[in-house]
Amino acid sequence: MLSFFLRRLLIAIPTIFLISIFVFGLQKLLPGDPLLVLAGEERDPAVLEFLREKYRLNDPIPVQYMTWAGNALRGDLGISLRTNQPVTELIAQKLPVTLQLAMMSLIFAVVIGVPAGILSAYRKGTMVDWVANVVALSGLSIPNFWLGIMLILLVSVKWQLLPASGYVPPGEDLWLSIKTMLMPAFVLGTALAATLMRHTRSAMLGVLTSDYVRTARAKGLSERKVVLKHAFRNALTPIVTMTALLFGELVAGAVLTEQIFTIPGFGKLVVDAVFNRDYAVVQGIVLVTAVGFIVMNLLADMAYVLLNPRLREA
Amino acid sequence: MLSDLTWTNLALVQVSQKEIALLHKDANDVLMALGDFRLRFRGQDACVIDGVDLSVARGEVLCIVGESGCGKSVTAMALMGLLPSGSAEISSGTLRFDGETVDLTRDRLSSERRGGAMAMIFQEPMTSLNPAFRIGDQIAESVLQHRGGSKEQARDRTLEMLRRVGLPSPEARLRQFPHQLSGGQRQRVMIAMALANDPKLLIADEPTTALDVTIQAQILELIRDLQRERGTGTILITHDLGVVAEIADTVAVMYGGQMVERGPVAQIFDDPQHPYTIGLMESVPRLSGERARLTTIEGSVPSIDKMPEGCRFRTRCAFAVAACAERPALRDVTPGHAAACHFVPLEQHLRVAV
Repeated sequence: MLSFFLRRLLIAIPTIFLISIFVFGLQKLLPGDPLLVLAGEERDPAVLEFLREKYRLNDPIPVQYMTWAGNALRGDLGISLRTNQPVTELIAQKLPVTLQLAMMSLIFAVVIGVPAGILSAYRKGTMVDWVANVVALSGLSIPNFWLGIMLILLVSVKWQLLPASGYVPPGEDLWLSIKTMLMPAFVLGTALAATLMRHTRSAMLGVLTSDYVRTARAKGLSERKVVLKHAFRNALTPIVTMTALLFGELVAGAVLTEQIFTIPGFGKLVVDAVFNRDYAVVQGIVLVTAVGFIVMNLLADMAYVLLNPRLREA
Repeated sequence: MLSDLTWTNLALVQVSQKEIALLHKDANDVLMALGDFRLRFRGQDACVIDGVDLSVARGEVLCIVGESGCGKSVTAMALMGLLPSGSAEISSGTLRFDGETVDLTRDRLSSERRGGAMAMIFQEPMTSLNPAFRIGDQIAESVLQHRGGSKEQARDRTLEMLRRVGLPSPEARLRQFPHQLSGGQRQRVMIAMALANDPKLLIADEPTTALDVTIQAQILELIRDLQRERGTGTILITHDLGVVAEIADTVAVMYGGQMVERGPVAQIFDDPQHPYTIGLMESVPRLSGERARLTTIEGSVPSIDKMPEGCRFRTRCAFAVAACAERPALRDVTPGHAAACHFVPLEQHLRVAV
């Protein structure tokens, strides 16, 4: 099993390498010259040449890549062209905000999606199943921005229950932090809850008719034990794998939600950087996101093995 | 020579004594009785099981034989209360088991009995164990459910059972997962699980069908040994008449969801009355006597929506007459031996015909 994990880790290294080349190359292909952004109104060739020299843009491209990748490995992703802050610092500031949002969305999605999926599979074809499916389909179909705006309108403006926007770090005021994040987490989590519900349902449906579930019933176990222990334990693998993969998507998908609720998170950083042609920041963000995805994939793989005795013992 | 004869006679006497004992099943001795059981699957008009009566005495081995799809397994599942209520609709049936009476149309066997006093071994050992849990835990779970006690006690009992079903190195097995065992070993585990709570009735639904031929005999022998050792009433579902001859006290023959004949094993084999049973017996290859083509029953079982009214076998029966459109009742040939055919007892009619 250890060798499997090691192999997995080793495979991740070339993947990250390829992604870094892609990220770097993408920058080179994008229209617009970062120098022009940097130089502003200045068009003096001497200044441009000075800047080119300063940022080592005259080096051959492979050398540029090596410099960039070498720095990135040491945690230096360059400096924002706009704010002159190190990119690593910017990301370190914004990422926790988005991670909190993503975590809360995930918790919401799991707490709603998984039990709903189990219930609708167990009561397949009944009213419960029908309602769960309709709600899930709505959750998938309702656009985030609409749901967000409606919630702000109702919950914040009309009933004045929760703050409409902003962010409070959990270290400052945990309760207020959670309260502020509640609506965004709900908005971001609905689609995920729906996806999880559908996956849980189909995984449970596959398992509930299996012979070992019949054996569990033949032992005289309670339905609760039969469904939640014997069936669910076997449906867990695809659910956990799915959750790990969806979490990466959550972080990336937070862009819109953060815009609606003006949360100073990762997503907002991305949007601002793109609009400002802040190349170093965009590059850094794409790289970090990609690595995040790979890590989540790795975790999904590990969970898959850990949950499956057949693979675990091998 | 003389002593040989004596032995044969003695054996005959013993058999007949046991038969007699079974014929006079005391009301107290009846362990399980299923009365007038009728079942249909939702969306179908015809009954999959159309009025079946079964009973098993303490220590008796009842074999249910019949072709695939004749309702053997469904009946067994219904006894255990394992039929999904969504798809199976039981329109009639009373189960009396060990002092409890269950109206199957509304209720099912209580979960305290299921896996405790009544236990079942399934046809598919490869898929009947939960792949996510250790063997030991799966058996112990059943023990804890019905006997209570501490985990250590349950573990000890599990170990004892694994030893009893002849699994090599049982201590190591406790911690193994199902995929580490062969089919035969898994079926041994299933047997250990079923017998762990000393059931009064054991239902074995084709327990050897999915197994390697070389293992089949071992598993059957194991079931028989354990059954004799504990005096467990047993229902064995099979289509292997060789097995029936070896293990059964009584036999019930089913065709198309109806019980066509039942009786002590010797009489079913020596004096089958129902044309279907006769066909079944003739389809068995014999080592002795003249070589001839194996007899087969013409045609195939009609699908459930095409089942004829009355005697369901009449579309394939050589003796069928107009009267067969009326359903024949199970009629006694001799006490304890009954067949559902208008021509029973067959000898009289044959004699007339000749």
